[in-house]
Amino acid sequence: MMFMRREKRGGEAPPAAPPSCHPWSRLDVGAKDWSAAVEEIARGDADLLSLWSDGASVYLATIAKDASDVVIRALACPDRRFPSVGLLHMPALRLERTIADLYGLEPIGSPDARRWLDHGRWGLRHPGGAREAIDTPSDAYSFLKAEGEPLHQIPVGPVHAGIIEPGHFRFTANGEVVVRLEERLGFVHKGVGQLMAGAAVAQAAKVAARVSGDSTVAYSFAFARAVEAALGVAVPARAQYLRALMAELERLANHFGDIGAICNDAAFALMLAQCGLVRERLLRAAAACFGHRLMMDRIVPGGVSVDLEADKIAELRGLLDWINLMLPRLLKLYGDTTSLQDRTVGTGALSEDLARQYACGGFVGRASGRRFDARRSVGYAPYETLSFELGVSKEGDVDARIWVRFDEIKASLGIIEQVLDRLPHGGIHATFEETPPREIEGAALVESFRGDILVWLRIGANGRIAHAHLRDPSWFQWPLLEAVIKGNIVADFPLCNKSFNCSYSGHDL
Amino acid sequence: MQKFLLQALLRRALTEPPPAVDGDVLEELGRALDAKARQRLGRSLAIREVDAGSCNGCELEIHALNNAFYDIERFGLRFVASPRHADVLMVTGPVTKNMREALERTYNATPDPKWVVAVGECAYDGGVFAGSYACVGAVSAVIPVDLHIRGCPPDPIALLKGLIGLVDCADRKDAE
Repeated sequence: MMFMRREKRGGEAPPAAPPSCHPWSRLDVGAKDWSAAVEEIARGDADLLSLWSDGASVYLATIAKDASDVVIRALACPDRRFPSVGLLHMPALRLERTIADLYGLEPIGSPDARRWLDHGRWGLRHPGGAREAIDTPSDAYSFLKAEGEPLHQIPVGPVHAGIIEPGHFRFTANGEVVVRLEERLGFVHKGVGQLMAGAAVAQAAKVAARVSGDSTVAYSFAFARAVEAALGVAVPARAQYLRALMAELERLANHFGDIGAICNDAAFALMLAQCGLVRERLLRAAAACFGHRLMMDRIVPGGVSVDLEADKIAELRGLLDWINLMLPRLLKLYGDTTSLQDRTVGTGALSEDLARQYACGGFVGRASGRRFDARRSVGYAPYETLSFELGVSKEGDVDARIWVRFDEIKASLGIIEQVLDRLPHGGIHATFEETPPREIEGAALVESFRGDILVWLRIGANGRIAHAHLRDPSWFQWPLLEAVIKGNIVADFPLCNKSFNCSYSGHDL
Repeated sequence: MQKFLLQALLRRALTEPPPAVDGDVLEELGRALDAKARQRLGRSLAIREVDAGSCNGCELEIHALNNAFYDIERFGLRFVASPRHADVLMVTGPVTKNMREALERTYNATPDPKWVVAVGECAYDGGVFAGSYACVGAVSAVIPVDLHIRGCPPDPIALLKGLIGLVDCADRKDAE
């Protein structure tokens, strides 16, 4: 409803007006207002949603503390510089290093001038701006120093021992105790921003679905909503509910898989085996209902690409009944196994202050006192019609993150039940005019299992994506992993890491 | 916990019968494996998985091979932590330029005889990431590939078919 109203208003605006960003406010600001906004988030009066660039301007998205208002501020950078955000607000540091890498815009006063995603291996600099060819095999990288007689370093990665994504961790340890962890990421940077620039909407949607495979539904959901917001598309009610169904199936599969994997990292393989069964049955149900185990490319701009057949609803209900039977037993298995709790309780504790400062989303934030969930705090269809409880804890340790995930499993099971009860009849896809009358912008915030995904995009008058920015929740979780491991033993790192389960691919983009 | 363990003893195993191997898999592998190597390895292959830039979708499905339904270890296949312990490298992703050297070094660290299985559309030809400034593209452009298992991502059955084919070929005593 909101989009339709805004779209109508947008349609009446004179063509010369600056592009608005549906459904949120979009302000073109000068250096003074930019700094005021940065000071606001640095003081903690608002939260940073993202910081990005299109090569000509830098954009700062913030959300009010009560989530009532999202504002996107744009600062033009004609002299290819902008005042550093990271200088006052640390959580923006890696985002602005990325802007420097990709577009060559210099953050003035930045406390960290090292390159981030650019490892000097692309054969060029600034792929999104003025490209310069380079002829070096790779750049050297200077890790932060930790010095002292008893300290030693443990370099890990990019190729890790498990079946996981690549990244480099540099531990400095004093005996068994970690005194500093520094991450070096960017190994799976695939140039998603440049692949999307100039792509047709359908092609860009395919790339968005492959930003992070475990959150493919959430990424497609966010991308589709941003396109629909920009073009004023009204999505049929049935498609809205099917989207929620897929999103919750994905959330369940990930939570079960991860709870099992965390316990396995404490050598409790029984939990992995049991949770693995649940995850597999969820993926098989997804394949039976939507034709793909991970439900890739099933949410598309305009609606969904596959309908749910009536006989599948009973099948899904049968699966829910079985999971509802399994869940209390799994809860008991986790809760009653003291040798397992010995590893998880008190390990990798994230303070409420840090979680608040980084405005970190998902179960990582909610296990450390935050109550932000994009489904509730910002709200989007069809979640405003569904009732569910958020998992919340203040302990912030590995144990708390597991309990919050169990709570979210309960919530998702309830949501799926409501969706199946209320699934409206009708179409599943709205055809829409892909070519806007003029350049237009749209944005969306969608809750993946990991936290809130922000998608911002601009569609050109030719109907193609002019520019897109996809911000994974991991951007504000990775730095916190560095903080929580401090003072823990090296052997607890896998537990801490898995309990965060940040995305490499989603972050490196 | 006892209840879980007792049930596991009393209940029928959930593991499903293996899928039949496709002819084209055997054909691609027939070229790759020589008789000597087959004799040396027998029916046991150690696999080292290398993510060379995937979206993590392929990894999720490779993980699933370890669950009770697929139980990959019954075929003599197991995932190992180091390339130095491996006979097979399973590579995913469109080989990002930032991962290229790591992939090459992992390949060089794997003792001969060795095989490379490229998993997923990205590993086949770069997939949706083909043409990016940040990606090399096909795994075969960086290291020699013996078998492609395609799909975005390939499901566990497709992965099993390819891997069982590999183990069968390695086991066959007669040459081509």
